[in-house]
Amino acid sequence: MVTEANALEGSARTAVGAPLRIIPRLDIKGPNLVKGVHLEGLRVLGKPHEFARYYYESGADELIYIDVVASLYGRNSLLHTVEQTAREIFIPLTVGGGLRTLDDIRTVLRAGADKVALNTAAIQSPSFVRDAARKFGSSTVVVSIEGVRQSDGSYEAYVDNGREPTGVNVLEWAVRAAELGAGELLVTSIDREGTGEGFDLSLTRQVAESVPIQVIACGGAGRIEHVHDVIVDGRADAVALASMLHYDYALTRPVDHDFSGEGNIEYLRSGRGFGRVHGATLGEIKTWLHERDIVCRHEDPIRA
Amino acid sequence: MPEAVSPRIAVVDFGMGNLHSVTQACAQAGLDAAVTTSPAAVVAADAVVLPGVGAFGDAMAALKARGLDDALRHVAASGTPLVGICLGMQLLMTESREFGRFQGLDIVTGEVAWLEPSVVAGRAQKVPQVNWNRLHRFGSAGADTWAGTVLDGLPDGVSMYFLHSLYVRPADPRVVIATTGYGTTEFCSALQCGNVFACQCHPERSGSAGLEVYRNLARRLHRARARKEDVPHAGTASQ
Repeated sequence: MVTEANALEGSARTAVGAPLRIIPRLDIKGPNLVKGVHLEGLRVLGKPHEFARYYYESGADELIYIDVVASLYGRNSLLHTVEQTAREIFIPLTVGGGLRTLDDIRTVLRAGADKVALNTAAIQSPSFVRDAARKFGSSTVVVSIEGVRQSDGSYEAYVDNGREPTGVNVLEWAVRAAELGAGELLVTSIDREGTGEGFDLSLTRQVAESVPIQVIACGGAGRIEHVHDVIVDGRADAVALASMLHYDYALTRPVDHDFSGEGNIEYLRSGRGFGRVHGATLGEIKTWLHERDIVCRHEDPIRA
Repeated sequence: MPEAVSPRIAVVDFGMGNLHSVTQACAQAGLDAAVTTSPAAVVAADAVVLPGVGAFGDAMAALKARGLDDALRHVAASGTPLVGICLGMQLLMTESREFGRFQGLDIVTGEVAWLEPSVVAGRAQKVPQVNWNRLHRFGSAGADTWAGTVLDGLPDGVSMYFLHSLYVRPADPRVVIATTGYGTTEFCSALQCGNVFACQCHPERSGSAGLEVYRNLARRLHRARARKEDVPHAGTASQ
């Protein structure tokens, strides 16, 4: 067969690294967007689809929704939120939290999710990853790994939103998950999550250098420099952010918004306990990275 | 723009992939999209979208099992706009080398090949590619190969969302209207071959620039209806 072997050469440009994704992560409890520290002490910030819409309009590359309670009530509420989001937002949406069966996956995909994040059920039954990848395609399956650093420097995988240790080594599980067909890994440091102290660079780098698929670093971002560090030193292929973005928006969104019952942000206004997190917008983060030669998608030609 | 009856889009459902985002994008563009497994509905539509994620061989088997392969070839030959997205683009080709050799729909002559992982500027470019990347206009110098296609009006270098491990290599470079670089590979990211448009990226997940692709499709269908004649074959590159 004739191929285009030489046909595209005329257009060859100097190879540049592909743009790096910045992904807001929204933890959801019932109908609300919540945020905690070490995945605990959750506080309500507002309605997830409102934050999601703001992030979409300000240049988010994707969104991640994690149902942090995953109760039956929460599931129906989550599906409603996913449906509402999918009607308004035209970037990829990954949904995770309590997905245990292929039917669970099918249900959230039908509601409008593009990908699913699997954690507890996957680690308990690794063949679930393979079955999900076969059924829905590897590109639909993100395996979420929550790691806690051990005294010997290794990392143990936790499940149930950082509540339950498994005895499973994070690196071994990451390699296995990739072999089973995961399309991407979402790697969260429980130690750093919500603290604003920066990503666990060692955790991210070890995983990113051990698997052939992209690793989304999550947990610990408190300032823009941390994002830069996890890309350059942590070898992250993508970065998930929560507190930095949520706190910035919660504190700057229109003041006529009815906060009653919507979000408890008085603790944010007071600055108590969250002093290490310095809020920033997606535009500020991407501009800052761009100025340091890290390629991000940083334009929206239609809207601009 | 006349809005009496929205153009009917058949979104081909062969049991794989997320069709929801395609139908939402169609709705946003004023198109009446229906997900269907019916060859008759595919043939009767004003335009057909073939989306899809997953493995090439499984997808072809699923299309054949439902008689959708012949329906899609019929659509391609009839002049009705046919849009292939991601795996849908790859399925249009003659054959794929994903996990063996599989025959495709052979609507566009060419093959499907694997992306190779590489390292660029010290950064690993892993496979699958999962990120936003640029579409660069491709064609003879100075020619606007996007005019009259669903990329009409988008700026050269526009970013779209990609999620794939393989890419198409059309035998005839004149059908290529956009290329994208990933690692050390420059590949065909959009093609126009008569009434057939296909792209490796996901316009329905590519924000407002991506929605413009669906709006262009809607405009074209409205114009065709207004003229009460067949949709002209766009794609100057292929003529």
